[in-house]
Amino acid sequence: MIAFEQVSKWFGAYQALVDIHETVAAGERLVVCGPSGSGKSTLIRTINRLEGIDAGRIRVAGRDIHSPGTDLNALRAGIGFVFQQFNLFPHLTALQNCTLAPRQLGRASKAEAGERALALLDRVGLAHKADALPSELSGGQQQRVAIARALAMQPSLLLFDEPTSALDPEMVGEVLAVMRDLARDGLTMVCVTHEMGFAREVADRVWFMDAGRVLERASPGDFFQRPQHPRAQQFLAEIRRA
Amino acid sequence: MGFLEMIDTYWLYFLVGQYPDGPLGGLALTLLLATLGLLLALPLGLVLGLARICPWRWLRWPVTGFVFVVRGTPLLMVVFWAYFFLPSVTGHKTGQFSTMLIALVIFDAAYLAEIVRAGLQALPRGQMEAARALGLSYLGALRSVLLPQGLRHMLPSLVNQFAATIKETSLGYIIGLAEISFIATQVNTLVFTLPTQIYLLLGATYFVLCFGLTRLAYRLERRLAQRLHTP
Repeated sequence: MIAFEQVSKWFGAYQALVDIHETVAAGERLVVCGPSGSGKSTLIRTINRLEGIDAGRIRVAGRDIHSPGTDLNALRAGIGFVFQQFNLFPHLTALQNCTLAPRQLGRASKAEAGERALALLDRVGLAHKADALPSELSGGQQQRVAIARALAMQPSLLLFDEPTSALDPEMVGEVLAVMRDLARDGLTMVCVTHEMGFAREVADRVWFMDAGRVLERASPGDFFQRPQHPRAQQFLAEIRRA
Repeated sequence: MGFLEMIDTYWLYFLVGQYPDGPLGGLALTLLLATLGLLLALPLGLVLGLARICPWRWLRWPVTGFVFVVRGTPLLMVVFWAYFFLPSVTGHKTGQFSTMLIALVIFDAAYLAEIVRAGLQALPRGQMEAARALGLSYLGALRSVLLPQGLRHMLPSLVNQFAATIKETSLGYIIGLAEISFIATQVNTLVFTLPTQIYLLLGATYFVLCFGLTRLAYRLERRLAQRLHTP
């Protein structure tokens, strides 16, 4: 589904991604973790070209995302992206947030888009908030609407960039519950998160990143029981102590 | 001649100038000039403002240069350019009304462009990113996501600029355009005993126009705010 081929990226003199060479299989549920500044958010943002890359190639479903000839908008429409800060459109209701892209891109009639959006809001448990504006929703509710919005384009790949990091602790659970539910759907999911419980329960694989490199790739069982790389051992020890 | 007698004699002249026996003038011309100026400057300012922040350098640079030049120039200079320079380019004389209208539109569009730019750049970066991540084009994201939010923030500054436009029409006096300031000056030379009253009346007229506009805008702002905060 996703192939990173010798991908590097610099922010000025600082190398944020160092020669990443990895693949993510279709249907795989991947959790990317690592200390802050390790490049995991940058990595996930390169998958739909919210960040450019300076060397290498990224292919999604066979197509080169960073090639100038790529129809980026069409590709992005098939990739759902969930942001740490939700980024709902504040001037639109929850329902309108979910119908905007299908309507604007001509993927559905007004009635179809509305119907599907309502079904998606129902799935994230917020059908009764369809007419609410984002400012009237809690953080957890906003993030659930944002997930419904990402699903509205019927993507085959879903990217989560620290989806629970901006939430109050009591709202983390409701968002994770929605993500667990999605994980049963067979979508390919890449999730940057610090939620180790979620990783253990849902992920097929875990990548551990530090200083722009993927240092370890393992099943959740192996990663949490028998981390190989010293940085991964140190990282796990630190979050267990917290 | 007393104040009331002056009003009684010249009120129609204040309102419409020599019309219908001559060209339209007075308050009617001021209103026409301001309205047309706003209607033309707003879309132009919007386009220039979008060009100022667009990703395409070939468009951004010349527009930025234009905005800098106009903003660094007094309106009077722009009026002179339009009055003396335009005919030498087009080959035929431009009427006073058109000259003033062109000068106003160019001048105000540059200021409106900066309001539009600031209004859009003040929005969180995540809004553009979220719209693009859904597959919307740059222009589609502007139209559906950024402009509807930005215009709401811009409204107070836009109204401020509109009020300025009304006052700027008075510079038409310089090129002999018979707008209300020109008419007031003429009446003052005819009735030379009442300069204070005549110019107070002129000032009050501008005040009523601008104040009315700001009140209208204030009500519009409140309506928009209500629509945003009640489901």
